[in-house]
Amino acid sequence: MTGIAFILNHREVVSSLPPGSILLDYIRIHSRLIGTKIGCREGDCGACNILVGEPHGEGIRYRSMTSCLMPLANAHGKHIVTIEGLNRKDPTPVQRAMIEHGATQCGFCTVGFVVSLVGFCLGEKKPDEARAIASVDGNICRCTGYKSIERAAAAIAGELAELGEENRLERLVENGYLPDYFQTIPERLRALREKSAQPDVAKQAYIVGGGTDLYVQRPEEMSERRDRYIFDNPRLREVKQVDDEISVGAAATVTDLWESTEFAASFPSLDRAMKLVSSTPIRNMATIGGNLVNASPIGDMTIFFLALESRLDLLQQDEKRTIRLADFYKGYKLLDLGPGEIVESLRFRISDEKDLFNFEKVCKRTHLDIASVNTAVRMRVVDGVIRKAVFSAGGVSPVPMVLNKASALTAGRKPGHALIEEVTAAAENEISPISDARGSAEYKRLLLKQLITAHFLELFPQLCPVEANV
Amino acid sequence: MKHIDSLTHVRGESLYLDDLPLREKTLHAAIFASPYAHGTIKFIDLDKALACTGVHAVITAQDIPGENQIGNILPDEPLLASGKVHYRGQPTALIVAETDELARAAREEIKLEIQPLPVVTDARQAAAKGLLIHAPRTFKNGNPDDYFDNFGRVFEGSTETGGQEHLYIETQGAYAFPTESGGVHVHSSTQGPTQVQRGISRVLGLPMHQVEVDVTRLGGGFGGKEDQATPIACLAALAAHITRRPVKLVLHRLDDMYMTGKRHPYSADYRIAVGRDYKIQAYEVTFYQNAGAAADLSPAVLERTLFHFTNAYYIPNCRATAYSCRTNLPPNTAFRGFGGPQGMFVIEAAIAHAARELGVTAECIQQNNIIKEGREFPYGQRALRCEARACWEDLRLRYSTRNLYDQVKKFNQKNKLKKKGLAVMPVCFGISFTKTMLNQASALVHIYTDGSVRISTGAVEMGQGVNTKMVQVVMRSLSLPAERIHIDTTNTSRIANSSPTAASAGADLNGKALEQACYRLTDRLLQLAANILKISRSDLSLRDQSVYAMKKKTDLTWDELISRAYEERLSLSAQAHYTTPQVHFSKDIEMGQPFAYHVYGAAAIEATVDCVRGTYVIDNVYVSHDYGKSMNPVIDLGQTEGGIVQGIGWMTMEEVIYDEKGILQSNALSTYKVPDIYATPGHIHVHFMDNNGHPLAIMKSKAIGEPPLMYGIGAYFAIYNAILAANPQADVPFHAPMTPERVLRGLYSNGFSLFKEKEKTTTTAGN
Repeated sequence: MTGIAFILNHREVVSSLPPGSILLDYIRIHSRLIGTKIGCREGDCGACNILVGEPHGEGIRYRSMTSCLMPLANAHGKHIVTIEGLNRKDPTPVQRAMIEHGATQCGFCTVGFVVSLVGFCLGEKKPDEARAIASVDGNICRCTGYKSIERAAAAIAGELAELGEENRLERLVENGYLPDYFQTIPERLRALREKSAQPDVAKQAYIVGGGTDLYVQRPEEMSERRDRYIFDNPRLREVKQVDDEISVGAAATVTDLWESTEFAASFPSLDRAMKLVSSTPIRNMATIGGNLVNASPIGDMTIFFLALESRLDLLQQDEKRTIRLADFYKGYKLLDLGPGEIVESLRFRISDEKDLFNFEKVCKRTHLDIASVNTAVRMRVVDGVIRKAVFSAGGVSPVPMVLNKASALTAGRKPGHALIEEVTAAAENEISPISDARGSAEYKRLLLKQLITAHFLELFPQLCPVEANV
Repeated sequence: MKHIDSLTHVRGESLYLDDLPLREKTLHAAIFASPYAHGTIKFIDLDKALACTGVHAVITAQDIPGENQIGNILPDEPLLASGKVHYRGQPTALIVAETDELARAAREEIKLEIQPLPVVTDARQAAAKGLLIHAPRTFKNGNPDDYFDNFGRVFEGSTETGGQEHLYIETQGAYAFPTESGGVHVHSSTQGPTQVQRGISRVLGLPMHQVEVDVTRLGGGFGGKEDQATPIACLAALAAHITRRPVKLVLHRLDDMYMTGKRHPYSADYRIAVGRDYKIQAYEVTFYQNAGAAADLSPAVLERTLFHFTNAYYIPNCRATAYSCRTNLPPNTAFRGFGGPQGMFVIEAAIAHAARELGVTAECIQQNNIIKEGREFPYGQRALRCEARACWEDLRLRYSTRNLYDQVKKFNQKNKLKKKGLAVMPVCFGISFTKTMLNQASALVHIYTDGSVRISTGAVEMGQGVNTKMVQVVMRSLSLPAERIHIDTTNTSRIANSSPTAASAGADLNGKALEQACYRLTDRLLQLAANILKISRSDLSLRDQSVYAMKKKTDLTWDELISRAYEERLSLSAQAHYTTPQVHFSKDIEMGQPFAYHVYGAAAIEATVDCVRGTYVIDNVYVSHDYGKSMNPVIDLGQTEGGIVQGIGWMTMEEVIYDEKGILQSNALSTYKVPDIYATPGHIHVHFMDNNGHPLAIMKSKAIGEPPLMYGIGAYFAIYNAILAANPQADVPFHAPMTPERVLRGLYSNGFSLFKEKEKTTTTAGN
């Protein structure tokens, strides 16, 4: 079988369109499934959200994704679910809750919300209200003000909790959350994957991961191309522990990382940090390698990993080399990466009980936004004395950077207000922010200073000032 | 009753413009817009675009068969630039090709050369240069000057409020087909089908009867599709007319954002005089409205700013002067609130300023000046059936604002890194189009021989639930269940000369027309029933799909009655026209009675500021709102919550940024942020005030679209108060939106530091 083969709702399909074609257009134009809407075509509104199922263990794991940024190639071997594939004769419990709570007004964003909420229902974690709401963190509604959507989400979470967690898919089908055909998908998808080969790789190819940046920057160009799509490569998706290090495959998504037990063990405040990184559907698509190679001066994961003194394993043909992540960035969007060379994985030393880690990010909107400034730090503290600290910062120079001077002067010092002042003063001297839509240069200077202060206050709560008159 | 489209919405089966099945041989259009904000066109190269694959036409101003003019209030806006370009994003050429991709690819080949002219982006700068849309207007009451000259407690300052991108999730679009008689049939995503019809007629040089406009529903409007849907529909119609093929034009998000106008930014100067009894003795304000490059609806928006410059207060001596300033930005336009919010922000800032100087809460001044029954607004209309004080008192008692203040105070005493602020925001909003002429509507009702009913009005459904309310009107008037009533698309052939669905008045105007049409039918039908039953007409009524005599059900059912009416050759259709009674206004004296009634309410908003990071959350919104007798509490609550969050967005994170060249910097959803689910307030508590409603409101249920948005202004002042709680010396200019940047810079102004005070305290403790 040639072409890109997948199951679209209940139907096996094969497409001979260019593999770079945008899935949203395939859905709306080529399949005329018009329930999926076009809102922004940059992954920022969720009106085009779909569910993507792939084999996982014995069953299928579904995740919500924005079809506007998804190359058709990334649908290969998957179950793609649009609203038409979720409708039953009667409204499903999710649809019913949205109606009952008046959670739909103009209706244009509604399908995206319904799809995301079904994604929540299909999730592996214990259903609760917070998770239901988190599932729509990538959906924008301009009409309702979200309160009615919150009420609907709470109702859905409540009903779902009563279903129990065993055999989730089966129970969802039994209780009318999903059409019956969902139960046939695991077998059909396996059969399909066995008989269909991956699409060919072109010679002059980009390496395409989740597509979440390439398809924002140049959708027209990408949609006509045949590239090297690594989204599905299981070898490149692994997050594993090797000796005293964690190794993260370049194609691992942010969600893969967040859900990895090995990874989470190192970061007690991981949930707080990850919640600040884009949105559920984007985290389900965006790869770590993509975030690093994109070289945005403000990439959240890049800043995260810089503070961990990560190293990159690069591969060119059969030649491997390892460099420090901090040395990867040569200038604005300029990388130490040869032609044809790819990032294979990222490694960093696992934190132990003496290591403290914190990530801070401030933007105009707390969630689903690009930072004005972001920063991370890992400190090694022994007997109340800082042995070593590495501060990273984004949005304050042409490249994501390590604040070398600020980091250096912490060695051997006890955390305190005086040290905070010295560190922020040193940081101030090594940055060069510019004014843009995310804030004035002056603000970014002040903000970095405040976020470094926040690192100290988060890691050493005893430093928090208390109100005088209490 | 739930929104009648709910089921098809959640199933993805509701059709929007972009979902209409394509007709054979449909072409797709893309707009080439000026990349420059101001200049004389020297040269435009279209040849390369014309030579591109799949391109059928590249249309410019000279191809327009009629008048190259779409200005509604003032004739100052060409459909396609001619001679000069006045803003970046001004439509200059239209590429028509076989697919959207091909049209957009060809667009890249167009080159425009201009002789640059000076670019003005700032309203005050424009006013200084005399660049005004029209002569300034002044509303006045009493003699404010007496107080400013002879009074100690006078405070003055300036304010800025930013623009606001509508960000309807469905972008602008239109789909046009040529008709056999040389006219056009156009599907448009517009709030004003008649305006679109009039615009197309003017541009194509066709009589209006050759132009049919049809609107199914909008994926959000918020005012952004009142005037600004017209050029899009005109361009699609023009292309269809020229190519004789169906033409579809749906804007991509980025094109929509940089080509279309937004809420007007305002700059203002105020002076306020406050007496010892905290009565506002005098208030004066000068508004500079940034209108953009053409009038659009700016004069009407400006007028509403003047109608609401005293918000819900009675101020015996006041004066407001307003300048509509012409700049080189896309023409700014209607946006929920329509100038009202911009006017209200300034008086609230003036009060906050005075309160800070006088060492009292703003609430103390607000409380003493809330308008009372019978008092006159500065434009001469009396506040009748005035619910302002009732709402205010209800808010204070129901939610115990005193307790809320105490809790905030206690929190602030205990916490150094976080501070809370509370602000109260009363709202008074006039209902009616301020242009009296527009306060008319008509409706059409057909009863079919099986007893089912199909209705048409001039109202456009954009999520606000107007169609649901229309169905409710018919349910009550004809005593039918919802499933026997179907509401049609909004169509200029069924409903002629409709006003746009705007000014919160859609349900009132169209509902009243519909009531009258239904009344004509019931009158006719009950007369027939009287003949059949031999009972006096005056004793008969319709209930539960039957005729009732006195309070007793007769054997005559609705279905039978309809059959009999048809047999008797009675008309089962009715059309009715409604005009709002008693509204009038004279611009010569700036006096009159422009509004059918006012909507009142009050809200308290609580915010918490993170003093380390400068971020904030809105914890609670408490509302006591005057709905009259709400005919649909689900829809009205949805409008309230949605309006509040949109208002909070305008006041906090939504920042429209143009650079000095007139280039939009906040040009995508990645740089222009509207509230997401985590940005919505922790709780919005809404109380429906219990009152008798207003006879001019549909089923006594008052207009709801716009008024709640203005509660959002309270968010600005709640954050403002939280900043002052952290740093009483903070320098916080009244500049909205209150972005995290403004918060942090305000907090850390005048030498503030989180740690300093602690050191001081330690020293004191040591002593």
